Amino acid sequence: MSIVVRSVSKRFGDFVAVDDVSLEVEGGSLTALLGPSGSGKSTLLRIIAGLEWPDSGEILLSERDATALAPQKRNVGFVFQHYAAFKHMTVRDNVAFGLKVRRRPKNEIRERVDELLNLVQLHGFGDRYPAQLSGGQRQRMSLARALAPEPQVLLLDEPFGALDARVRAELRDWLIRLHDVVHVTTVFVTHDQEEAMEVADQIAVLNHGRLEQVGPPRELYDEPASKFVMTFVGDANVIDGALVRPHDVELLTEPDEAAMEAMIVRVTILGRDAKVELHDDGGAEIVALLTRERFEELDLWRGQTVWVRPQRERVFTT
Amino acid sequence: MRASRDRAGTALSLGFVTTFLTVLVVLPIAALVWESTKAGSQGFWDAVSSPESVAALKLTIGTAVAVSLLNAVLGTITAWVLVRDEFRGKSLVNAIIDLPFALPTIVAGLTLLALYGPRSPIGVDVAFTRTAIVLAMMFVTLPFVVRTVQPVLQELDPEAEEAARSLGASGLTSFRRVIFPNIFPGVLSGMALALAKAIGEFGALVIITGNLPFKTEVSSVYIFGRIESGDTAAAASVAVVLLALSFVLLLSIGVIRHFATRHDRA
Repeated sequence: MSIVVRSVSKRFGDFVAVDDVSLEVEGGSLTALLGPSGSGKSTLLRIIAGLEWPDSGEILLSERDATALAPQKRNVGFVFQHYAAFKHMTVRDNVAFGLKVRRRPKNEIRERVDELLNLVQLHGFGDRYPAQLSGGQRQRMSLARALAPEPQVLLLDEPFGALDARVRAELRDWLIRLHDVVHVTTVFVTHDQEEAMEVADQIAVLNHGRLEQVGPPRELYDEPASKFVMTFVGDANVIDGALVRPHDVELLTEPDEAAMEAMIVRVTILGRDAKVELHDDGGAEIVALLTRERFEELDLWRGQTVWVRPQRERVFTT
Repeated sequence: MRASRDRAGTALSLGFVTTFLTVLVVLPIAALVWESTKAGSQGFWDAVSSPESVAALKLTIGTAVAVSLLNAVLGTITAWVLVRDEFRGKSLVNAIIDLPFALPTIVAGLTLLALYGPRSPIGVDVAFTRTAIVLAMMFVTLPFVVRTVQPVLQELDPEAEEAARSLGASGLTSFRRVIFPNIFPGVLSGMALALAKAIGEFGALVIITGNLPFKTEVSSVYIFGRIESGDTAAAASVAVVLLALSFVLLLSIGVIRHFATRHDRA
């Protein structure tokens, strides 16, 4: 149940939402479309679902051309940021919708709905209306609803975006576990790089409608293909036109010819790490991340002058 | 302290509403009922059950129900077009919808007679027929369903429709199972208003219908006739029956609406 996106473009008036994007999503994988708002990630997801038409390019679902297919013919499950619950239906009827539309036998529908309500831990909530559920419960209901007709692919548009931090983290873990059980090819949109890193086994980074890089989270972090990816996925300092990760900034208490002078302006202890913020003589800000061990060893304090030696610098031409 | 002040506040506003409703609605209706009893129960029954009065009542209720059903369909389509479609002159059309409200209904009657009467410039003469009653009632009730459905459609979550589509529903199925149940209470509210207005309409009908007893005479015009001939007790009796029938109809619509919106109170 793979997804292939082949040079897809989409404009809204003068605004280029998706700009010649090609992407392959392997069957059974869990892929994140990551990017800032306006990067085209949601539009791309909606194009895959058939809720938006591309101006050019093709969409292949399970190796079959789906570009001209209406959304109801794609067998795609879609989960919206704001749940898109059918307010006038009970939880049970919401989940059963896709099966009723397909005219499945009544007892089959009942069994499948029960099974899904169990899966999303909403058994006992079947007779309630969406208005009686919390945000997290509503989103689990929409997930069950999307999964009910056994879609080829599951698409989620900022599924945790409307939830508070705790529920968000809970649902995130839960989505990973769900994917282990259901194994449906899943693509989700997020602007939160931590969320993408934590949940996805493949991340596609989008910026201004263009695909910047696709790869496993580790590859994006360790071998970013562009300046944008390096700064968007993880933190980075700009030192002398080169990009350096905070944990690759080495601090020395003695002058060194490969190092530049800087002053410590703030020290924050983050559990096992220490974050040291510095200003160089030009006033530019540098952030260094040290282990607590190294931090204690150097005996650093605010206002101290130290020497900064960047390791593994990266220079991007784009 | 807080609770008692809140209670006092509630009592005050409740008292205000009760007084207001009593003075404007309950007292006049009570006076009407009182007037209808002046001729005694036999007189009441005679006035109400006279063949001409029964014919007028049947015609009024029947046509008003038909008109509100027609309005439900046409008003919903109009609201749909105004909300979902983009076209030039949309705000003009939107403004025109309310015009029947601004026009004295007697002028509406005149206008309709000029257009669809014996000297019709377009050759359509429906004056003094039941078609004219439907036309006039449609004219004065046009805005109701449009104005009750429009805001509901505007607030409808477009994502719910998209969800329905992605779950395999065709456009028609998604309208039937997702959109319609949401706008249905609005349609019912509009229908109830249209029904009430149609049953009570006088001005728009009196000119164009010709008031032919047993044929095109509606209850309001019949009541007017009773008053003209000095029989106010009979007029009041028929009015009371008209009022009671309207009340029952409106109440039934209210009950259906109650069930159609149960998810909102959940």
